[in-house]
Amino acid sequence: MSLIRKLRSKPWETPGFPGPDTDGGVLLPDKKVGLWVFIVVMASVFGLFTVAYNMRIELATDWIAIPKPPVLWLNTAILVLASVAFERAKAAVHKKLTGDVKLWLVVGGAFTIGFLLGQYIAWQQLLASGYALSDNPANAFFYLITGMHGLHLIGGLWVWSRTMLRVWQGFEVTLSVELCTTYWHALLLIWIVLFGLLLST
Amino acid sequence: MAYVAIADRQQELHDPQSFLTKYVWSQDHKVIAIQYALTAFAVGIVAVILSNMMRLQLAWPNEFAFIDPQTYYQSITMHGMIMVIYLLTALFLGGFGNYLIPLMCGARDMVFPFMNMLSYWVYLLSVVILMSSFLVPGGPTGAGWTLYPPQALLEGTPGSNWGIILMLVSLVFFIVAFTMGGLNYVTTVLQARCRGMTLMRLPLSVWGIFMATVIGLLVFPALLVSGIMMTFDKLFATSFFMPALISMGESADYSGGSPILFQHLFWFFGHPEVYIVALPAFGVVSDIISTHSRKNIFGYRMMVWAIVLIGGLSLIVWAHHMYVSGMNPYFGFFFATTTLLIAVPTAIKVYNWVLTLWRGNIRLNVPMLFAIGFIFTFTHGGLTGLFLGNVATDATLTDTYFVVAHFHMVMGVAPLLVVMASIYHWYPKVTGRMLNEKLGKLHFWVTFLGTYSIYLPMHYLGFLGIPRRYYAYGETDFIPNSAVDVNISITIATLIVSTIQLVFLFNLAYSYFRGKKAGPNPWEATTLEWQTPDTPPQHGNWGPELPTVYRWAFDYSVPGAVNDYIPQNQPSDETTGDAHETSDTGGGHQ
Ligand code: HEM
Ligand SMILES: [Cu+2]
Repeated sequence: MSLIRKLRSKPWETPGFPGPDTDGGVLLPDKKVGLWVFIVVMASVFGLFTVAYNMRIELATDWIAIPKPPVLWLNTAILVLASVAFERAKAAVHKKLTGDVKLWLVVGGAFTIGFLLGQYIAWQQLLASGYALSDNPANAFFYLITGMHGLHLIGGLWVWSRTMLRVWQGFEVTLSVELCTTYWHALLLIWIVLFGLLLST
Repeated sequence: MAYVAIADRQQELHDPQSFLTKYVWSQDHKVIAIQYALTAFAVGIVAVILSNMMRLQLAWPNEFAFIDPQTYYQSITMHGMIMVIYLLTALFLGGFGNYLIPLMCGARDMVFPFMNMLSYWVYLLSVVILMSSFLVPGGPTGAGWTLYPPQALLEGTPGSNWGIILMLVSLVFFIVAFTMGGLNYVTTVLQARCRGMTLMRLPLSVWGIFMATVIGLLVFPALLVSGIMMTFDKLFATSFFMPALISMGESADYSGGSPILFQHLFWFFGHPEVYIVALPAFGVVSDIISTHSRKNIFGYRMMVWAIVLIGGLSLIVWAHHMYVSGMNPYFGFFFATTTLLIAVPTAIKVYNWVLTLWRGNIRLNVPMLFAIGFIFTFTHGGLTGLFLGNVATDATLTDTYFVVAHFHMVMGVAPLLVVMASIYHWYPKVTGRMLNEKLGKLHFWVTFLGTYSIYLPMHYLGFLGIPRRYYAYGETDFIPNSAVDVNISITIATLIVSTIQLVFLFNLAYSYFRGKKAGPNPWEATTLEWQTPDTPPQHGNWGPELPTVYRWAFDYSVPGAVNDYIPQNQPSDETTGDAHETSDTGGGHQ
């Protein structure tokens, strides 16, 4: 039943038990729904950073573009690989191949840590060539946006570490792995948009 | 049959054992709701005290040693911020949302109880951080609740060092807390409704709280983003918002930043914030009015659509707070149009409340009085909004007491009257006892008439051109003596209104021990929270079996039914007294 039809129904005309499939929530586990709502919030945060970024360029004349260290391309590739690894972990967990799940979880986490290190290296390179945070809004936005994105990944790593713990203790982790995978894809997508934004200015 | 699987799913219910897990580190939505509400009330009292200090100063300038220009600005700021965010938002969503959503949806608890608990503790942390700014060197920030840069960060504004940082940090924590709570409310409404509770059978309270939460989740990020960027400007001397300027005779380290950018971000949050407070009030008041008129709510579907529409439109009106910021006149035209458009669904709601009362069997008890009072103040504030929504009239009225009068009517007094209505309405469910009716009526009349005598004259002050956010007016030609007298009378009314709230607090405490026993359903209401096996509801709410819902939330005075109300969980064949399904699909509801 589509949402529009639901909203057009006349509840006062039809008392009685509505039957099993009249309603009753989105047919997903609660945690997945919760995660999707959170992804919307994240999209709002980064969307607003993007808007602020563009408006700050428009509203003043002091913008001096900051060079984008080439290592960012490598980092992007690594983050793609992390997403792929989580996708593999998800496939493995559905086939109940615990060994593979462990393997791909480790790989996904390692790539993520690699990405974060890579971002740190990019920061160091910029700082070493004299692009200080407060010198120009372009610099400030660069550090701020990449930093915020990194923080979200670190938050993800915390959930990842708990999933690792559970899988090694032999608990059921299907849902956790699925959630991690979705979250990593979302952050990959956000990173690609942000990277495009940075490159284009 | 995934549906049944969801309705019947096993929820982990850890029955709390010790006092600590039951009342302090509780994961029960009802306890968390009360924790939220009590904390919000506690900071609310601080905000009321601050407003009284300001009023004393405005009536008798320079008579009082305890308030100087610095403290006045700090009081304005803390008063505004506390009222809007830490009191009303926290109370409506963290308090009422937490209490009502699971009970009204027929769930055992929120879907993520642990996160729900965390939400409260992070909220408490944000309150503690905010309050600590009274103790740091320089005191709290005096930038106004809008925190506009550049002045918020500059020497000369009170609390421009510690105060503003603590404010921003506290807001960030509040947003984290709100997000954790909000994920819960949205997911619970989507996922955890009991069998038979379709979306369109939800009471309007749930719709209002749900939509407010959705808006909040979308716009609090704007406050987060601007707060973080401002913290960077303060701590790391970036220039997101700070233009090049000379402060205290020296040129500051900033260049090129845009205060207007901050205003856009702030109001993209700030305007919907009004609706984060108003939508739950709309929903709750609809249910209260329907219950106490013994009549179904007029135009249920329209009410739902209006809530959704208002929520959506509230996202595209923000720049009506910036008409005088020098923006392009075409923008002004656009935002004036959207602002006036929002009046349409809002007016529909007001008509529907009034039409619900029309020929109802009105029971004028205390919750109903407050609810009707709300219709007055809200309509009143809404009408003055039309003046401020138009660019030309706003240009002369902006930053005068007319604005202060407007927003206090529409988002100060009106939601607070609903808060009172709800407390009188649901207190019997929360505690098992009724609040004292006589004290309640006294409380209502003094509050209602008192707030009118506070805010009605402020419109007049606004027409005179008296600016807001002034510590004292001194000898000013255009301010007649009558304005001075009006200020004194407003302050006297303020003192009376504030004092009468002590009667309310007394009533809350006294009735808890001595109030009349309420029984499970003292108002003869239909919604699920009144059908719990225990009052107050126990952990898990429903005993061994979840309720099943057979009808919408407004079956009052159904022709042919034995009682003048039919609870949502009552099967059709039990309503008429005989065992056959007969007239239950019949008339009575349009
Ligand atoms: C006890 C009842 C209240 C009284 C007597 C009161 C009084 C005041 C006063 C005197 C001011 C400062 C006006 C100025 O100098 O410009 C003010 C500002 C304000 N009040 Fe209230 N108020 C009350 C309740 C509320 C409530 C319930 C809200 C919730 C929305 C609220 C929100 C605000 C806001 C947002 C400001 C503006 C702060 C600013 O300019 O930065 N007030 N109020
Ligand atoms: Cu607005």
